[in-house]
Amino acid sequence: MSPTNAIAHPYMANSVPEIKAAMLKDIGAKSIAELFEQIPADHRMKKPLKLAPGMRSEADLKKHLVGLLRKNSTCESHLSFLGAGIWQHHVPAICDEIGTRSEFLTSVWGTAMSDHGRNQAWFEFCAQLGELVGMEFVGLPVYSWGCAAGNAIRMAARITGRSEVLVPETLCPERLAVIRQYCEPAEMARHIKVVPIRHDAKTGLIDLKDLKARLSDRTAAVYFENPGYLGMIETQGADIARMARAAGAETIVGVDPISLGVLAPPTDYGADIVVGTIQTLGVHMSAGGGAGGFIASRDEEVYAREYPTLNISITDTTHPGEVGFGLTLFHQSSYGLREEGKDWTGNSVYLTAIQNAVYMSLLGPEGFREIGELIIARAHYAARRIGAIKGVSVNWPAGFFKEFVVDFSRTGKTVAKINKALLKRGIFGGKDLSKDFPKLGQSALYAVTECHGADDIDRLVAALKEIL
Amino acid sequence: MRTPSKAMPTVREVHQARWNEPVVMEMGVPGRRGAVYSAPEAVVEKAVGKAADLVPAAMRRKNRPALPEMTEPDVLRHYLHLSQMVHGMMGVNLFGTCTMKYNPRISTHLTLRPELATLHPYQPEETLQGLLEIVHSFDLILRELSGMDQFVFQAAGGAGAAYTHACITRGYFQARGELAQRNEIISTIQTHPCNQATAATAGFNVITLPLEENGYPSIEALQGALSNRTAALMVNNPDDMGVYNPQIKDWVKLVKKAGALAFYDHANFNGVMSKIRARELGFDACMFMLHKTFGGPKGGGGPAVGAYGCSAELAPFLPKPIVRLDDKTGRYRLDADRKLSVGKVREYFGNLQVVFYAYAWARAMGGDGITEASDLAVLANNYMEKKLLAIPGVVKSQPQMTMHRMEMTRYGLGPLKEETGIGIVEVGARMTDYGVDSPWLSHEPWVVPEPFTPEPGELWSKEDIDYWIAALAKVCEEARTNPDLVRTAPHNAAIHAINGARLDDPAWWATTWRAYKRKQAPAARAGGKAASSR
Repeated sequence: MSPTNAIAHPYMANSVPEIKAAMLKDIGAKSIAELFEQIPADHRMKKPLKLAPGMRSEADLKKHLVGLLRKNSTCESHLSFLGAGIWQHHVPAICDEIGTRSEFLTSVWGTAMSDHGRNQAWFEFCAQLGELVGMEFVGLPVYSWGCAAGNAIRMAARITGRSEVLVPETLCPERLAVIRQYCEPAEMARHIKVVPIRHDAKTGLIDLKDLKARLSDRTAAVYFENPGYLGMIETQGADIARMARAAGAETIVGVDPISLGVLAPPTDYGADIVVGTIQTLGVHMSAGGGAGGFIASRDEEVYAREYPTLNISITDTTHPGEVGFGLTLFHQSSYGLREEGKDWTGNSVYLTAIQNAVYMSLLGPEGFREIGELIIARAHYAARRIGAIKGVSVNWPAGFFKEFVVDFSRTGKTVAKINKALLKRGIFGGKDLSKDFPKLGQSALYAVTECHGADDIDRLVAALKEIL
Repeated sequence: MRTPSKAMPTVREVHQARWNEPVVMEMGVPGRRGAVYSAPEAVVEKAVGKAADLVPAAMRRKNRPALPEMTEPDVLRHYLHLSQMVHGMMGVNLFGTCTMKYNPRISTHLTLRPELATLHPYQPEETLQGLLEIVHSFDLILRELSGMDQFVFQAAGGAGAAYTHACITRGYFQARGELAQRNEIISTIQTHPCNQATAATAGFNVITLPLEENGYPSIEALQGALSNRTAALMVNNPDDMGVYNPQIKDWVKLVKKAGALAFYDHANFNGVMSKIRARELGFDACMFMLHKTFGGPKGGGGPAVGAYGCSAELAPFLPKPIVRLDDKTGRYRLDADRKLSVGKVREYFGNLQVVFYAYAWARAMGGDGITEASDLAVLANNYMEKKLLAIPGVVKSQPQMTMHRMEMTRYGLGPLKEETGIGIVEVGARMTDYGVDSPWLSHEPWVVPEPFTPEPGELWSKEDIDYWIAALAKVCEEARTNPDLVRTAPHNAAIHAINGARLDDPAWWATTWRAYKRKQAPAARAGGKAASSR
């Protein structure tokens, strides 16, 4: 036994030697080692475990951890214009207060009665998101936006019995990679083919002619986003949905719900299934650890019976006038049907959903309108200021929400070089698009949110002018 | 020293808060505000005009979303009320297969610091050195525990890691030109359902081996299932009932001989950590749940991490990016330029706030603490077994298996049910009246009647375990003396028993307020008559 082992570990109540002895005595065993008799000798570790001894002092542990964290620069120490799927939005203090409440943080899987409060918070996540996106059926969240899109495409394939999905060629490469993973390689029997649709270089929107040419009786779904990855608000949603329906395909729309105080909900233009991110609703970025996604649709059996998610329904109780919450359609999940279930489920991002519920009830209808208007105004201000710099242009200078593409090609400098120079000035420049979208030249995707004041934008512009 | 008393502890009635809290959709008053955002600055408005006009006309929102209008303190109070109506490990919770651990609050606090919370995944690598160092250092800890050569943290749960394995299996056989042929994955009936489900989602046909008399599937059954169509074995060990397969090394040999990959779902790692290494048993890959074994919070079901590790042979197929240490410069980098990689199973590179918890936990425990944790978990499980089996009506799964089980054991209340008509669901509900969370029952299928799977782990004290056992004993006694009391439980919970009978009825289920208003609210107003007459 090492010397540190002489002190009982603060996380382990039974590490007191006398207690161990008492428990062994009750069992009737001589040593703890004999309790491992199930493991044959030749299965045992060949080399002993070589790990540092534990830091039982929280003071020492904190010093070590903070020392590591201090090696990071942050979007607080720096001015950041990064977005592209994870965005710096303000996280209201009470989202953290509720998200770190021990009861929510450490809960696992109790009964509907003893975990009532958490189940209600989950329902309130679904109910409020349903109002934002205009849908009656909302599942509990999935890992990410990309995973939600992948699941929704698989739902559409099962509903239609078809095996092709049309997606914009301007889709986020990370999300596209996840979607491809969910649609399987061509060798697999139930493979779904992912077919890109061209965009109109003039508008940044989907090329309807190309969409028409690619729609066929093989098309299970058309998937597009609002706003799209490159920032643009897709104004042809109603045409796209009409064309998809005429071809017998489902329309799946991906959204960033923070935009829905000012943008029309996808149901207004014909979406059958809506997916999107939940990171923007009161969740920290955490280097991507804040990611989360959702799936919503009309409350029709043909959709509801294809959800892979866990789903929470309001219901009544034995006490008149009282409501409670229980899981609906549980049996169709992988817990109920194993390999015959709808895709799979398991741990997801359910604590995030509670923070989202807090966020949505905090903003209310006016808060969502205000934040949407503030973001779109400041983003356009930034685009105009940046677009006015000599040699710099904004590809599509109007019709976007919070992100826009800045083309630096005519400056003769690469985005990589420009971003390096910005970093020296304490600024994270926009996401470099030159590798993922070579046709856009030396372009970067800039994100502007309610966290960026006009003064921050002016600072960026001054720095760019200096660099270019 | 005062040692805990030997007598059976007194079981106390525990009343949960009962706020009768309205659904948030019914709360608030028009005009009230919670979060307020400023209007754009004058200079902004001068440059771009009215914000509303910047939305293309066809895409403007016409109707305000019907969200509540509440003040900030009202929102806070509402969700605090809801939190108080969750057991959430405030009592004793021995939720088996999930390894309930203490989630050190030092990590809760540190994950909210800007040096973690406000990091963007696309920041330049030189600004993420602390984070990448944590990821890499934790990778090394898991390598030491498993013998694997590389870990990734992209999968956002244990099931996500199982899916990662199915994807890597595809990538591996695709590169060898064998994917069209190798389209079967073998699993066992007591392996967690996510393995079969993710294999099927990835496009494989699934073969599930049944249990034999000895508590695990026979090696002959495995041999019968293996062929040149086999792509992988995906298996828990110990399994969902706590039975360790002593032939697992031979299994892996046979799987490898058939040209397939062997994946170790280490969901039940707590009892064997520091005792065995997956790689030394021959496995090609394994998975650890950081939100279980490594002290990350459950969060009611995530954010979680399924840490996936594999051999050097499979490493080229791992999802990208991978965190690497450049030995020359001492700098960490994200390696995304990997031609054989299967791509992504989720965007970015993991729930890093959960990886942080796990790293902090592993450092607080150290090699000595981790070894002791598995010792104590197994000690506690056996201590518990002795006492549980003394309760009339409780039986053990696979009773012919006399060897000590490790992390957990599955039990059944079949005899109690036969005697009293009261089963595990009612018993579990009644236990919550005593401040004890209802135990995990069993994954599908139930091979033991009225199953339950308590797992004490290293967290719960001897007194906690004694209390839990006393609560179960008391409820079993009540089932005999006052069955109605148990049948109508819970009595002290936040609400009365829910009506679960109609949850799968399309005319009744309602996952949103909109659906509720259309389906259930008219019935509620009519005293429940309208809905039942439909």
